[in-house]
Amino acid sequence: MEEDMATKGKPIISTGSPKGSKKRKTISTGKRYIINTVLTVLVIVIGQMMIDNGSISRYQGSVLEQVGIYIIMAVSLNIATGYLGQLPLGHAGFMSVGGYSCAIFIMRMMGPMHVTMYDFMTGTPATTLLFVCGLIFGGVCAAICGLIIGIPALRLKGDYLAIITLGFAEIIRVVMLNIDSVVGFQLTGGAKGLTGIPSYTNFTNTFVVVAISLFLIHTMMKSRHGRAILAIRDNEIAAEATGVNTTYYKTLAFVVSAFFAGVGGGLYAGCIGVMAPAKFGFMKSIEILVMVVLGGMGSMLGSVISATFLTILPEALRAFADYRMVVYAIVLILVMIFRPQGLLGDYDFSMGNFLEKIINGEFPWKKKQAEEVEADE
Amino acid sequence: MSNNISRRDLFKVSGATAVGISLSSLLAACGGSSSDSAISGKTLKVGLMGPYSGDVAQYGLAVRNGAKLYFKQFNKKGGTSTGKKISLIVQDEKGDATEAVNVYQKMAESNVVAVLGDVTSTPSIAVAQEAVKDNMPLVSASATAADFIKYGKNAFRACYTDPYQGKLMADFAAKKGYKTLCTIYNSGGDYEKGVNDAFVKEAKKKGLKIATQESYSAGDVDFKAQLANIIAKKPDAVLSPNYYQDDGKIVTQARQLGYTGVFLGADGWANIVGGDEDYASGKDLEGCFYDTSFVSANTDKSVQQFIKDYKAEYNADPTNFCALGYDAAMILCDAINKVEKAGKAKTYKDYKQAVIDAIAKGTVKGVTGTIKYEGTGDPVKSTLIIGFKDGKEYIETTM
Repeated sequence: MEEDMATKGKPIISTGSPKGSKKRKTISTGKRYIINTVLTVLVIVIGQMMIDNGSISRYQGSVLEQVGIYIIMAVSLNIATGYLGQLPLGHAGFMSVGGYSCAIFIMRMMGPMHVTMYDFMTGTPATTLLFVCGLIFGGVCAAICGLIIGIPALRLKGDYLAIITLGFAEIIRVVMLNIDSVVGFQLTGGAKGLTGIPSYTNFTNTFVVVAISLFLIHTMMKSRHGRAILAIRDNEIAAEATGVNTTYYKTLAFVVSAFFAGVGGGLYAGCIGVMAPAKFGFMKSIEILVMVVLGGMGSMLGSVISATFLTILPEALRAFADYRMVVYAIVLILVMIFRPQGLLGDYDFSMGNFLEKIINGEFPWKKKQAEEVEADE
Repeated sequence: MSNNISRRDLFKVSGATAVGISLSSLLAACGGSSSDSAISGKTLKVGLMGPYSGDVAQYGLAVRNGAKLYFKQFNKKGGTSTGKKISLIVQDEKGDATEAVNVYQKMAESNVVAVLGDVTSTPSIAVAQEAVKDNMPLVSASATAADFIKYGKNAFRACYTDPYQGKLMADFAAKKGYKTLCTIYNSGGDYEKGVNDAFVKEAKKKGLKIATQESYSAGDVDFKAQLANIIAKKPDAVLSPNYYQDDGKIVTQARQLGYTGVFLGADGWANIVGGDEDYASGKDLEGCFYDTSFVSANTDKSVQQFIKDYKAEYNADPTNFCALGYDAAMILCDAINKVEKAGKAKTYKDYKQAVIDAIAKGTVKGVTGTIKYEGTGDPVKSTLIIGFKDGKEYIETTM
């Protein structure tokens, strides 16, 4: 995955190379994109091949799918928490809106499009179309909810925003529970949940969606809009004084965060096959927030790593049976004691910069020497 | 913040951890064998899953205790007629659908011949949707949701469904001659709502008057507002088809408000007196009825034997869920025994199909009644209506 969000700590406008030193070799942006695309495709293709020949079992494949889903969830929450610097506690609400609307959309469209449950296992052009439309529909529904809640909620800060978003997630849960008797026909299935959702996700399409989501979020954060959002996080008054429309950018970040949460929810519905409102309570939001905080707020790589780690950890510890939740909690506590800024802080990894360093021979163990040389001059 | 680990140290630690975890998972992955050898060995693997931690752990643990007891007895008696023993793979799914699917796939990978699970409704449906792809024999002790058996012929349950109980209690109400009925239920629970809706439907069909249906949300402890509405309608009987913790509070609060009439309940009432906590006093419950398939007051010989064995093993009284777990294990062992006896199934795939057929055709005399299946995964079995008299449970009638 390709993230270089190193906007902090480095000057945006380079003053050129220090005089006396030889010119530093660089990789152009175009080449960087090509390298990253090739690597991403390679990872997905190798993953799919390993699943096909059985070196990744079905169980491991299913856990990997969940890893992908939680990566999207954590990275999308990171927009609002890490980049915008707010503390929303209603991410599970957006996830359930996206999940329900995506699943309902696909299930309702299966009839008119003559697609059966089994087509999803083999995969046809029609199922791909349904998958894409369903996810976008789920994302848009969640984004609309994000807009509705975002406009009033973002006038508040800190604890107050946390409480209002928490309340909002509860509202969504209760609506999902009771909407059937209000509209008078089967929509969400109420308390018994929405069942019989076709399994429209697999390893490949989950990770393609993950890659696209990460790319979109990454490019947004590197753009003018992203810098405006970061400026608001660092100092809202200063940002406003320099002409950043704070209300607009705060809402934008919130809506984008909700959109990708909806996409993640859509994948979740297909992966599990059952949606029940009870699963999207307060604890789900906290679970996702823990991933973001553990990985380091504002670090995309951190979110990816901690989402992967925290999804796999309970499964890897399954052998310890009753003690695994204790171990899970201990790991969290230890990390928070020794790395309060999260695993990666606000560090982000960039494949392009990494390669540049290798080309120029800038290795960490050479750094000291280079500094000494510079000091001598 | 000098005690904070620097990023470089962190990478070293996490690298070491990652290597450790991947090595251990590699070790765990080794020792897998081809699927057909799963049925030729001395032991047959059976998966047992349920929530053993989390909000609904009490049901999972009860089912696990009951099922484990039967498997232990089965193995003690020498296992199947061909001398094969059952080895259990027990996994916790925390009452979560995602975990349940993972657990199921892990079990399917270790080539179990059948899975006993799941316990609560949503995870059970998620597992049923997965299990149909493998044609895996699936017996649930307590998945009452109607959809559980909808996906394929491989899923069976030992309990009866929510709608069945609702209908049964409405029939019972009609038989008792109650005219005006009210209900109070947890609108956030699939079980409670399922029973309530079927009750209302059947009662209307029988020409009984449903004066009001009051609902509450999960976690509520004060039901006085709803109960005041109900009492104002002067009902002959009130249906409270919830779990016993809530039912106990509802009955107690209704008595405090001066309601003296009848309460009807479903099998969630089991344990309402003499359980882990007293949620309602025997005096308050006087004249109330609920339906269940197992009660310790049953004088049937096999039931009393089960209660004795259970007490000897766990030093506690068995609940309805324990008995259902015991029966689900019995259904499964009976089918596996038949398949072993016939000896026809040579491949893993055939074996699973043979187990499914054996369950579908078999009749098992369990501690929750005689269980057989007539073309669906729903059991055909008798139901006990339990009443309260002088603070004690007694069997009012069998329906």
